[in-house]
Amino acid sequence: MTDYTDYLARQVLLGKMNRREFMGRAAAFGVTLAAAGTMFDTAARAQEPKRGGHLKLGLEGAAATDSKDPAKSLSQFTFVAGRCWGDMLVESEPLTGAPVPALAESWEPSADAATWTFNIRKGVKFHDGKELTIDDVIKTLQRHTDEKSESGALGVMKSIKEIKADGDKLVLVLTEGNADLPLLLTDYHLVIQPNGGLDDPNAMIGTGPYKVASFEPGVRATFEKNADDWRSDRGFVDSVELIAMNDATARIAALSSGQVHYINRVDPKTVDLLKRAPTVEILNTSGRGHYVFIMHCNTAPFDNNDLRLALKYAMDRETMVQKILGGYGKIGNDFPINETYALFPEGIEQRAYDPDKAAFHYKKSGHDGTVLLRTSDVAFPGAVDAAVLYQESAKKAGINVEVKREPGDGYWSNVWNVQPFSTSYWGGRPTQDQMYSTAYLSTADWNDTRFLRPDFDKILLEARSELDEAKRKEMYHTMGMMVRDEGGLILPMFNDFVNAASKQVKGYVHDIGNDMSNGYVATRVWLES
Amino acid sequence: MTEAAGGNPQLSGLAGSGPTTQSPPAASPNDQGSFSPWGGFSRRSPLAALILQRLALSVALLFAVSLMIFGGVEALPGDFATTYLGQSATPQAVENIRKDLGLDQPATTRYFQWLGGALQGDFGTSWASRNSVSEQIGKRLGNSLFLAFFAALISIPLAIGLGMLAVQFRDRLADKVINVFSLAAISLPEFFVGYLLILFFAVQMGIATFPATVYDGMGFTQRLSAIALPTATLVLVVLAHMMRMTRAAILNVMSSAYVETAELKGLSGLRIIARHAAPNAVAPVINVIALNLAYLVVGVVVVEVVFVYPGMGQYMVDAVTVRDMPVVQACGLIFAAFYIFLNMTADILAIIANPRLRHPR
Repeated sequence: MTDYTDYLARQVLLGKMNRREFMGRAAAFGVTLAAAGTMFDTAARAQEPKRGGHLKLGLEGAAATDSKDPAKSLSQFTFVAGRCWGDMLVESEPLTGAPVPALAESWEPSADAATWTFNIRKGVKFHDGKELTIDDVIKTLQRHTDEKSESGALGVMKSIKEIKADGDKLVLVLTEGNADLPLLLTDYHLVIQPNGGLDDPNAMIGTGPYKVASFEPGVRATFEKNADDWRSDRGFVDSVELIAMNDATARIAALSSGQVHYINRVDPKTVDLLKRAPTVEILNTSGRGHYVFIMHCNTAPFDNNDLRLALKYAMDRETMVQKILGGYGKIGNDFPINETYALFPEGIEQRAYDPDKAAFHYKKSGHDGTVLLRTSDVAFPGAVDAAVLYQESAKKAGINVEVKREPGDGYWSNVWNVQPFSTSYWGGRPTQDQMYSTAYLSTADWNDTRFLRPDFDKILLEARSELDEAKRKEMYHTMGMMVRDEGGLILPMFNDFVNAASKQVKGYVHDIGNDMSNGYVATRVWLES
Repeated sequence: MTEAAGGNPQLSGLAGSGPTTQSPPAASPNDQGSFSPWGGFSRRSPLAALILQRLALSVALLFAVSLMIFGGVEALPGDFATTYLGQSATPQAVENIRKDLGLDQPATTRYFQWLGGALQGDFGTSWASRNSVSEQIGKRLGNSLFLAFFAALISIPLAIGLGMLAVQFRDRLADKVINVFSLAAISLPEFFVGYLLILFFAVQMGIATFPATVYDGMGFTQRLSAIALPTATLVLVVLAHMMRMTRAAILNVMSSAYVETAELKGLSGLRIIARHAAPNAVAPVINVIALNLAYLVVGVVVVEVVFVYPGMGQYMVDAVTVRDMPVVQACGLIFAAFYIFLNMTADILAIIANPRLRHPR
């Protein structure tokens, strides 16, 4: 076995195999996914990083309305920019998703996981030369807890009751125990700023590997290497340039003509054409984001579980992944968790397209007439096509789905989370607890399936403060089964993040945390001349 | 003249093009009654009176435009708070933003507050980025004008020259080639022209700069090389309209008696066109040029997106998507002002070129 995996690792080193192929072959040989991932990483990292050069990224998602304040960071552009100039307290391991130290060196929970103590790294300097202190950390977290900051991390910070210093240690007291707290602090809004950003939230001064040289919202941002960076294993290029490119064709043209080194959001419809370019490499990473069809469990006719099951069995998942994602994704199993999450519950049977079962449950539900599905192009890329595909596969089970196309303007305020059956998407969350708390807890604002189950809520809260991992995993298994079999969620697919880079770009890390190597792309890659 | 009636398809969708395209015959200055001071003034210097009148009308039009933009954005589903937060809108966050921006007040109050600020030259701050609107627009407008200027600099002389050539060689090969070529260019959607240019000059030959992003601290020659492809696209798009108008207008004049006289005097063809026919054909041509200039500033959003050029159009689209009212209003006003100004200039130039228009019967 070792000989074979060594061979695979060599192939990786020679650049003859990408991560997906490596994982596939290693898994076929009986290596577990996690172990294969680590091996691939070791092999890939055996290449010696080269320093220097000017890295150019063409990014979708920038707007003239982008804010420099990390609290208000919303776009893909500010997401990557924030990772360039700033650091969080904690980062997540790219392959396992486990929390790893960043500006916090180490941490310790209390027995009930409700009080956490963090040791803050010493000798770290901000770009303006000031040394990082415990006070900066506390002020930062306090600013994001304040409703007025409009911070995107407000939801995450709500569970923190008290932020205080104990000597030079940070102490966080939570409203209730939460075993996942360190992972919550990896949120990209929570960039540690001098004096918490209270003096000037838009200063873009942090502790990251690059200093901001210029930032023009919706146009361009440039960064210079931070010579005083506290870490040596990142920030390999001399300067970084982020260019706003909202047109998909413009991004592809810029990459294939060599004007930029990396682009995000490659359209699955054109990815095969781009693949033919000899200088370009497609980078696809499994993600936690998923496209969904959601039913309100408390609204007729969807308050009938047989109808919900019928609609779940009527979904042809394989076709969805092939047609809507161009194969760049994985099929879903009607609960919002996949194997990229820590403590993923294995052994839940995959639900497949089954017109007979669908027809059986449909008949049992006693529903008569059509089922109205609302959709829009903004729900997710290809949502209208997906709805029509679904209409076809449901017809084979004798279920008549009526597709209504809604205007994109106002879809999120008038249709999603308002109408009983619609299409939507979810980005991933750092932990299973976060995902379920955001959208499946009875009291959650975004409980878009109206999944109101006190028994589910109870297990969710118990799992949150459970420090024994085996027990937690068991609880997550139960919760997954409940959502899968009784919830209002039809989850046909998890979408891969599809990006592309010039072959000059080396050291790209496939990070399950989020798109674009979890936003760290510019700090992790180097340029081979 | 018949050929011009079809108009430029790309122009028909422009904001405000309706009322101002065919400069409506302004109420005659003489309507005021011959004893009023205005009547006397308008008789003594009809041109100045006309300009004053047009200016007053422009201000009224700008008010109407601002009201329409405000009403339009109000009517869109979802307000700034819900759209800005998108899927991540919690009732609490929405409430915070609304209160912060004063969105909880009635629409009329907000409009007059904004109007009060705008009258004092204060366009306020962008809701989304909290930056000064005037400052941001300054940069973007500069970029848009830079691109429009060079596109106009190339396309106007080229169009008029080609138009004259087409008249000189009318119904012969040169005329037909010019016609077919320019019609083909105008028939292709501008984004497609853009993509073709990118494909050939940037991707395959690698001689042109792409993307056309311009930024602070960029050298003048660098800027010129950055805008080469978008300028070429714009020239191709606006060329045909102006060229064909020139051709039609000159042909119209060519059938008149004095041209025949000139021919009989033995003057050369090009000389007749340039010295005798063209000056009398200038009014309709100026109108078309003004329209195309306005288009170059106001209507180039698609070209900006394709070439990743940070101009006004892109800025306004970004703002509309999140209902960033101060930015939308300011952009709309500037666009309308440009449109009105260019049309007014065209009218005035036409009047100067044709003294008969100065003395209405």
